[in-house]
Amino acid sequence: MTIFTAIDVVLFAILVACALGIARLRSLYAAAMLSGLFSLTCASIFVLQDAVDVAFTEAAVGAGMTTVLFIGALALTRSRERVTLPTRSYLALAVALAAGGALLYATADLPAFSAPDTPVQQHPVTERYLLTAQQEIAVPNAVTAVLASYRGYDTLGEVAVIFTAGVAVLMLLGKVRGTTERTPSAASGGLQRHHRVLRVVSKVLMPFILLFAFYVQFHGDYGPGGGFQAGVIFAAGIVLYALVFGLNTARQTLGLVALRLLLPLGLLIYAGVGVATLLLGGNFLDYNVLATDPVHGQHLGILLVEAGVGITVAAAMILLFYSFAGRGVSR
Amino acid sequence: MSALTVASWALIACGAFFALTGAVGLMRLPDFYTRTHAAGITDSAGAGLMLLGLLLQAESFAVAIRLVLILLFLVFTSPTAAHALAQAALQDGLKPLLGRRR
Amino acid sequence: MAGHYNYWMAIVLMMIGLYIVIAHGNLVKKLLGLSVFQVSVFMLYISLGKVRGGTAPIIEAAYTSYSHPLPHVLILTAIVVGVATTALGLALVVRIYEAYGTIDEDVARAAERKSDPR
Repeated sequence: MTIFTAIDVVLFAILVACALGIARLRSLYAAAMLSGLFSLTCASIFVLQDAVDVAFTEAAVGAGMTTVLFIGALALTRSRERVTLPTRSYLALAVALAAGGALLYATADLPAFSAPDTPVQQHPVTERYLLTAQQEIAVPNAVTAVLASYRGYDTLGEVAVIFTAGVAVLMLLGKVRGTTERTPSAASGGLQRHHRVLRVVSKVLMPFILLFAFYVQFHGDYGPGGGFQAGVIFAAGIVLYALVFGLNTARQTLGLVALRLLLPLGLLIYAGVGVATLLLGGNFLDYNVLATDPVHGQHLGILLVEAGVGITVAAAMILLFYSFAGRGVSR
Repeated sequence: MSALTVASWALIACGAFFALTGAVGLMRLPDFYTRTHAAGITDSAGAGLMLLGLLLQAESFAVAIRLVLILLFLVFTSPTAAHALAQAALQDGLKPLLGRRR
Repeated sequence: MAGHYNYWMAIVLMMIGLYIVIAHGNLVKKLLGLSVFQVSVFMLYISLGKVRGGTAPIIEAAYTSYSHPLPHVLILTAIVVGVATTALGLALVVRIYEAYGTIDEDVARAAERKSDPR
């Protein structure tokens, strides 16, 4: 039993305990916190399995934004759960056992974990992504190269999904009520006298958080990072500001008008790069034609595309938070 | 085994010990405010000592400067988080347990 | 067979998530179970790409063996799509609560049937 296996087993045990806790707890705030812990432990497992980009994104998105959204939704609704009916529990248990049994039977065909000669590793596309990419694209982070260039269509679709989610949540919860309509709630007024330490430290740390978001955005070519992580970190900085100083102050700093312009701007940049490559004579999203030297064209294309991703993701996450926080506490 | 490696492992072991202490305290201490203190121990002493130990083993300047920045960020945010937690509980009306628990 | 324990753990977590989604009537609890399910699926995929002795897929001169970058790319997309779905689901839950005064599925369905008997 190697150290790797021991750490793996311990982390999985923590995950199973978290999942069972989420299932059994009737207090939904505690369940939301446990789901944040679940995501963070999964990020540790991802690091253990060499998926550093994915771990970065899972920690930022799962342990950060999702927990904030759940708590925001719980503040607007109820936070305790009714007792589950026994018939439903048995049905769910039967379905879970049947599906789990079928999946476990199917994994017998999967190759052994971390073997170097699996079909995934032997496929010729592996050599294309890892070796040939260094001559064609010359970006050290293979994940960024694949994400932005080789599989750029998928990423375009994903940015469209984020945009759609932002628009849909705006349509559902969009009437962001300020303090003019209701009594000033804590969400819009911010923390006052008693939280001086929090306000000072947040104000000191905010520029570094936003700077770190930009660093992650532009350093995504050379290390773990890229548009998604940068967008989420930027949004997390603004969410911190809104939580400490109040939603109204945050909306004066980065208002709804600016965000509603930024949300489609990233998607337009991404699709615009594709249209530009069409007009310059190449295929859609073929970055080679963007500059005289194909490698430089690839670099330029990846830079623009990741910028588009970062802009839309940041705007969407901030709009999601504004929509939930601005709905007004209805209790 | 150079002195630097020994010192580094000693610091990491101390950090792990403090993290364990924090976890035990979280379960065993009687009151919310004392448990917040235990959680703060995990964050500041545990993680801080481990980062110092890793700093002694850093291979290049780039890695070392990143570890120093993480340590600085932790020094700022961990006490603030513990303070915010305790302050929020006090605002909500939770009274600290003074004297012996009956 | 010991080489498959990662997949089994991911499947166990998936099934716990599926149980939470089906068994609980509370809508927010269902969304929490869905996110547990999603993250377990991610773990299954990522474990398929790992190579023993390899390192993260950031090309450096000193390393020859890398974990496969393609599962990482797919799961990066999936994580962000997951948060989009969760946010939309939570927005719907908030609107359901404002319409029916409850976030329990059975109570909401009964209230809807009473108000709209078609």
